[in-house]
Amino acid sequence: MASNPLPADKNTGALQAKEYTTLNLGPTHPATHGIFQNVLKMDGELIVSAEPTIGYIHRAFEKLAERRPFNQITPITDRLNYCSSPINNMGWHMTVEKLAGIEIPKRVQYLRVIIMELARIADHIICNSVIGVDSGAMTGFLYVFQWREFIYEIYEELCGARLTTNIGRIGGLERDFSAKAWEKIHHLLKEFPEGLREFENLLVRNRIFMDRTIQCGPISAERALAYSFTGPNLRAAGVDYDVRVMSPYSSYEDFDFMIPLGTNGDTYDRFMVREREMWESLSIIRQAIEKLDKLDDKTTYHAEVPEFYLPPKDEVYNTMEGLIWHFKIVMGETSIPKGEVYHCVEGGNGELGYYLISDGGRTPYRLHMRRPCFIYYQAYPEMIKGSMLSDAILTMSSMNVIAGELDA
Amino acid sequence: MSTLHLELIETRLKEHFGEAVYSAELLYDFPVVTVEKDKLHEILKFLKEDPELNFHFLTTLCGLHYPEAGLPYGIMVQLHNMPANTRLRIKSFTSDKEPVFHTLTALWPSANWMERETYDFFGYRFSGHPDLRRILNMDSLEGWPMRKEYPLEDPFRKDKDDKMFGR
Repeated sequence: MASNPLPADKNTGALQAKEYTTLNLGPTHPATHGIFQNVLKMDGELIVSAEPTIGYIHRAFEKLAERRPFNQITPITDRLNYCSSPINNMGWHMTVEKLAGIEIPKRVQYLRVIIMELARIADHIICNSVIGVDSGAMTGFLYVFQWREFIYEIYEELCGARLTTNIGRIGGLERDFSAKAWEKIHHLLKEFPEGLREFENLLVRNRIFMDRTIQCGPISAERALAYSFTGPNLRAAGVDYDVRVMSPYSSYEDFDFMIPLGTNGDTYDRFMVREREMWESLSIIRQAIEKLDKLDDKTTYHAEVPEFYLPPKDEVYNTMEGLIWHFKIVMGETSIPKGEVYHCVEGGNGELGYYLISDGGRTPYRLHMRRPCFIYYQAYPEMIKGSMLSDAILTMSSMNVIAGELDA
Repeated sequence: MSTLHLELIETRLKEHFGEAVYSAELLYDFPVVTVEKDKLHEILKFLKEDPELNFHFLTTLCGLHYPEAGLPYGIMVQLHNMPANTRLRIKSFTSDKEPVFHTLTALWPSANWMERETYDFFGYRFSGHPDLRRILNMDSLEGWPMRKEYPLEDPFRKDKDDKMFGR
């Protein structure tokens, strides 16, 4: 007789119904890197179904934005994907610039590209090194995090802040790159490739890492598109969609770079896509510096938009007009056209879009943020169904789900 | 850039749905089509499945509320045809205070949480949705926070007069 997997009752001999275990993964669990709850139904160590609960750090950004002047919304965008805040800030500035029809000088666009690509590297460093940590390789994380720290030092040079950067202004940047900032960027370009190569030597062809990540949490291209995946997760499944190429912003059309693609859409592919993207980002930064050298303009760091761009401080403190302008801008008393725009940028983890409706008032009438990880995280239960608990952890870290963006 | 023109989309839609297509315009280079609420699902299905239009990707979906308008309650659905690199925004409004839209989850599974978010913040229902409940707010919350009448601050606070700030 074939063995029956169901346990029999000792007294009656009747077969008992199979029992599943319910396991709470989160809300605060060290392996989820953020506040997510997943109620898992487990059959032994296999996941039968997962029920994600989100919203633990919901802060009502869309409602808040309806009561804040346009320049005060930038700090809100910092707190979406806080691993790459500068991209969010730039995306927001560009949305308002599109609405107001502000033309941004070439030099500022290239400077913005440098900042955004630095942010992308910082974002991918975190995600990829954490995949290492979750699969048991702490070393890579500890070494490569020095570079993430170094990028934060560059932010500090550029805007004074590290994590929630509030970098740039509507109309440009609040200050030019300092000599020290350039020095640090050149140092990064010179030394970081060695550090990244070291990190890749540790993991990319590592048998244990490959066994752990290949075929772990895979998703097909069809399902990824149906679940509206964007960013590295979609590209790992083999779809070459990148906002920087499809709808170029900030002069990305001037740059020559590759869009790395995966084939299986599994954890290893997502890891590798991010890894390659870091190299491409480095190349974009190098190209931007070359292009900046070729430009005749060496000093512009903002567009001439007195309606939005704060006047210099000595004017504010010493002249009445400067003070009035400053006050008007800070209080949001600048005129803005009526209309609605959608602007999207390639964020650290996908297409970050701002849908802005303006009725000409001092605040947006409605602001909707398309947060990539809110949209793709709903595929998580499908991706981990039937896999082991430890694979579910790896899948989550490789999806780069950031609580701040998920819950907005 | 975009290779499908708004005129073509408008003609194809008007051919099939006639009066249900209210308007088609370009807003800042973005094609926007306003359609009748009851035909919204059919139109989106057509846009997705028509081989020429092929709007296969759901970019985002959100609720809208214009209390002063004749039709105050509505949703916006943004689609993307990646091969032709064309984006399209479909809007649909109704005067019903508690509107019920047809769910898009059968067309795009990603509409699931987007519709839950819309329900959570605007109270718009989606018929046929597999699991329509609040997603970001707590279950015990009363009211619909993103509707314009919902106060941002505690309306009973007397110590803070912020009529000079914000809206």
